[in-house]
Order: sequence, then structure tokens, then C-alpha cells
Amino acid sequence: MAMPTADPALGQIRDTETRAATAALHDERLRRVSLLARLMRRPELGAVAGLVLVTVFFLLTANPAMFTLAGVMTVLSPAAQLGILAIAAALLMIGGEFDLSIGSMIAFAGLVFGALIVVGDMPLLAAIVATFVFAGLMGALNGQIVIRTRLPSFIVTLAFLFILRGLSLVGLKWATGGSTQLRGIGDRAGEGFIREIFSGQALEALFAWLARADLIAKFANGTPTVTGVPVSILWFLAMAAVATYVLLRTRFGNWIFAAGGDANAARNSGVPVSLVKTLLFVLTACAATLVAILTVLDAGSTDARRGFQKEFEAIIAAVIGGCLLTGGYGSAIGAFFGAIIFGMVSIGLTYTTFDSDWFQVFLGGMLLLAVLFNNYIRRKATGER
Amino acid sequence: MSDALLTEAAPESSAQALLLDVRNIAKHFGPVIALSGVSLTVARGEVLCLLGDNGAGKSTLIKTLSGCHRPSSGEFYVDGKPVAFASPRAALDAGIATVYQDLAMIPLMSITRNFFMGREPVRGFGPLKWIDFNHAHTVTREEMRKIGIDIRDPHQAVGTLSGGERQCVAIARAVYFGAKVLILDEPTSALGVAQTSMVLKYINLVRAKGLGVIFITHNVRHAYAVGDRFTVLNRGKTLGTYTKSDITMDELQNLMAGGKELQTLSAELGGTV
Repeated sequence: MAMPTADPALGQIRDTETRAATAALHDERLRRVSLLARLMRRPELGAVAGLVLVTVFFLLTANPAMFTLAGVMTVLSPAAQLGILAIAAALLMIGGEFDLSIGSMIAFAGLVFGALIVVGDMPLLAAIVATFVFAGLMGALNGQIVIRTRLPSFIVTLAFLFILRGLSLVGLKWATGGSTQLRGIGDRAGEGFIREIFSGQALEALFAWLARADLIAKFANGTPTVTGVPVSILWFLAMAAVATYVLLRTRFGNWIFAAGGDANAARNSGVPVSLVKTLLFVLTACAATLVAILTVLDAGSTDARRGFQKEFEAIIAAVIGGCLLTGGYGSAIGAFFGAIIFGMVSIGLTYTTFDSDWFQVFLGGMLLLAVLFNNYIRRKATGER
Repeated sequence: MSDALLTEAAPESSAQALLLDVRNIAKHFGPVIALSGVSLTVARGEVLCLLGDNGAGKSTLIKTLSGCHRPSSGEFYVDGKPVAFASPRAALDAGIATVYQDLAMIPLMSITRNFFMGREPVRGFGPLKWIDFNHAHTVTREEMRKIGIDIRDPHQAVGTLSGGERQCVAIARAVYFGAKVLILDEPTSALGVAQTSMVLKYINLVRAKGLGVIFITHNVRHAYAVGDRFTVLNRGKTLGTYTKSDITMDELQNLMAGGKELQTLSAELGGTV
């Protein structure tokens, strides 16, 4: 009875739709709008725009030394350390959760790693593997608590922010007999292939060759001003590439978006949401551990303040990179750019005449802008009502 | 389970045409009895409407059928075989797909990503498997065209579709992935008239394909438009099952609302309810 009366209405919808579709095929102006919309739909658009803005700003105000090869390396080093964290944090945020314990995890993983080498007298490779396994378990614990209690991850990981920071202090005093700094890790770690993967510089031969070929700046004696790329930058690049591929091209990536977009809908469609979220917590813990090992091996020691406030910087970089705080939207390559913006501003101000204490003001401003921009773009792109 | 198989051998053969056969199913949550003996059957090419007011146990029943809850007691057959689903995934694999009213789609994800969510087509081997997006986009576009939604861009976010279109995409997805029984949880309750007719028309199409449909609603009008049989649920029990020729829309409405009260109210309000 309801059907026949409603039928003409349906016919009308079909008509309008067919007309709209035909228009799309024939009207090339509509196509151009759709191309723009497609561009606007990329979550990393804001980060790219921000990077251009910041680069232009420093090109105008900073000492040209900032844009030499040596300057770029100086900017990229802190960006790389933060970026490794930010990319992991971005994936977790897209998956709908936070991890505020990243920063403390760096200190804690540094302690575990250092203690295994100095106190436990373990070989480097064994210590690295053991530290990663341990961190993975901590991440899994975080994830399981969040999933099983259904408490916000914000609160659960905030608890671990303090627990792990406290444990790092206590543990350091235990390992050193009262000090909050554990020294001698660099000397005890030994040399070799494993060490070179996690510390120092890479591609030295390439840079030496480039210097000989007069393609990069060199000193009078022929050694290049930049002798190689810090390994952390290579880790950062590799992680950005792998994370972007996983997120955009694999099933697991689709599950991350689904788990963060709507966990119930994802579960109803057969997505193993709990597994996905747990693995993402494991990932953030392991990213923190990677940064811990990289920095501890470079410095040769670890201390209780390592990784202080890195959790916030990582989240800020992820948000600048287009991640929504509500999950289900964002990008790994955006976090990559977000981290570079962060590095540029923190280091770049020292190349200008500005007081470098403006850094935090700049940072807060960037964050606010990014959030407003992301929100606007999301509404536009998805037609949210 | 093996006992049930033996004793139920006879009905199994007679239930050949039945896709889904639920007998006396009960579900308790601690002291709360959410379902106390519900029976229903769905055959191929049939739309069974499940009617009931709020709190009648519709949601619990759906969740039990779709594998979210395990029944406390009762028998549950799919294609004549007894089943006990451990998860929604197990129900899906057995051919029972559930489309929830507002939990079917993720608005921020693209149509293609939604369509293949949880069942992404992959190529490659080992850890290097990647989603075959060419195939996925082609299928999505094709399936959408079949139901009369011409999408210009399968990358477009589901949030840009109308409510009716979203329901249709969810149903199309279930059909594409080989559902035998489709459970639709109030697919029309949040929709306008035109959008509703779009969904109802599509339900009709799905029935013609030979699928069994369980259509949950509290709107008798929508139910009567597409339903073959009607099961009315009240306080966790089935009040009865009626074929379309057995019952009028008004009778159905009264049955669903518990009869007398509504008639009295209707009289008070001048017969407008």
C-alpha cells in the first residue's frame, strides 16, 4: 500500500541522480571541482601547506646557512627522532586511541637497554632484541587495559606516563647505586655492524664521493662538511615510507581506519578491532624504544629525563599532519611533514634574529591553526552535516 | 550438539527450504530474561518482518542471530544444520549478514574502503600483500550501479551519501559477499519518505534474488509494504507469526502495541493513532 504511492518519488530520485551523473560526464567544470575536492580530501594537505609556509618564513628571515646541506641535517636530526614517534602516534590516533606514555617509555626503554648492557653484560644485539620484546609487552599491556576496561586510552596511558617515569628513576638509582644517570653504555656496547645500524652516520662513502665530485661543500683538505647522514634520519624516512604503504595499501591499514572510524561498525564487518588496537600500542612502545636505543647509543649514557614531554610533541606533529583527535582520519606522511615542521621551527629560530624562546608560542599557534584547518577540511571533504 | 543432530534428524529433511530456523531461543543476562522462547523461520526468497515495540527483545534477538550473543538455550539451524556462533565473523561466514541502522558504515572512509571493510581483496604474497584497489573500485562502482546509485568517485567518503544510499550500500555489500540471510535492523526508521521507498524497493530486489530477509521495524506500514510474513515480538516472546493474507495492517498494529491500550488511546485521540 505504501509502495505504489512512493514509487514516483523514487523514480524522481533516480532521474535527478542520472542527470547529475550525466552532467558530471559532460560538464568539465564539475570535473575540475571534483579534482580540487580530491586534493582537499588528502589529510596531509595542511601539513604540506604548513611546511611551505614555514620554509618561506625561514628563507626570508633566517641566515642562509640554514639551507646548506649541513643546516638541513641539523634541522632533520631532531625532526627524525620526533618523527619516528609521531608516525607511530599518528597510526595509533587514526586507530582511535592515544598513547601518552611514549615519552616515559623512551626513558624506561633506555634504562632497560642500558642496564642489560652495563649491569647484565649482554651483547648488543641480544640487549636490543630483549628491549624491544619488553617494550612490545608494555605496549600490549597498555592496549589490553584500554580494550578490556573500555576506559579512555588518554587516562590509562596518562597513568603509565607517571608509572614509567617513576620506574625509570627508581631503576636508574638501583642500577647505578644512587645516580639518575647510567654511563658507560657506549663503551660497553662494542663496535660492529649492529652498532652501525643504530648509531652514527650512514652513507659516508656516498658523501665522500659527492665531495670528490665537487657536488657538495667540503673543507680545504677535501673532507666533506657533512660526512654522512645520521642513521636516525634513515630510520625516519624508512618508517614514513613503510607506515604510509601499510596505511594506504594494505588490509591492516584499512582496519586501522575502520577501528578508529567506528569500532562497532568495524567489528560488525569482521575487523579484528582489539587486535589492531593492541598492535598499534605495541608499535608506539616500539617506536619509543627505537628512539631510546638511537639516542642512548649516540650519547653513550641514559638518564631519567630522556624523552621528557615527547608524547605531546608527537601528538602535536600528528595533528599538524592531519590526524583527527577523534580517530579514523589522518596520515602517516602528514606526521612526517609535521615532524619536519617541528624540527625546522625549533632549530630554525636559532638561525634568525628572533629569540628562540618564541618556539613554544609558534608551536602552539601552529597546533591551533592545524586543528581549525583539519576540522574545516574534514567537514568540506566528507559533506558532514 | 551431536545429540541435537540425532534427535533433530527428521525435521532437518523437512526444513530443506528453510534458510534459518530458530526454535524456542532464550537469552538471559544474569537475572534479566531478555528472550524467553522465540521461534522463527526464514525461507529462500522471503521477507520476514520482525515487529515489536521498544523493549520487546528485538535487539537481543538480532544480536543473538548475528553471533554477538550466544543463546542461553534453544535451537538454531542454518540450512538445516545446527549452529552456535562464537563471533559476528562466524555468523557472516555462515551467510548471515546483519545491517545495523547506524553502525553499518564509517562516514570518514571512502565508499570502496567501506564496501570491502574486513574483506579486502589482496594481491601479492606473504607480508607484502596489498589491496587490489583497481578491482575494488570496479566492483564498488558496478555494484552501486546495479542498485541505481551512480557514484562519480569511489574515493568519495560515505559521509557524503544520503541515509538511504548508505543503507543500500550496506545491503549491497552484504549481498555481494554472499549473504544467504539478511538481517536488517530498522533500516528505514531514520529516513524520509523518498529515502525509505528506495530502501524498500531494494529489499524487494534482494528477495527476488532468492535471499531470505529478516526486516526489523516498528513501522507497520513499512513492514506491510514488503513483508511476506510477520512475527510479532512482545516481552521477549513471539506473540505469533502471520502471513500477509491472514492479517490486516490494523490488526498487526494492534497486536504489536499490545492490543487494548492502543485501541483505547486511539479512540480517545479520535482514531488517529
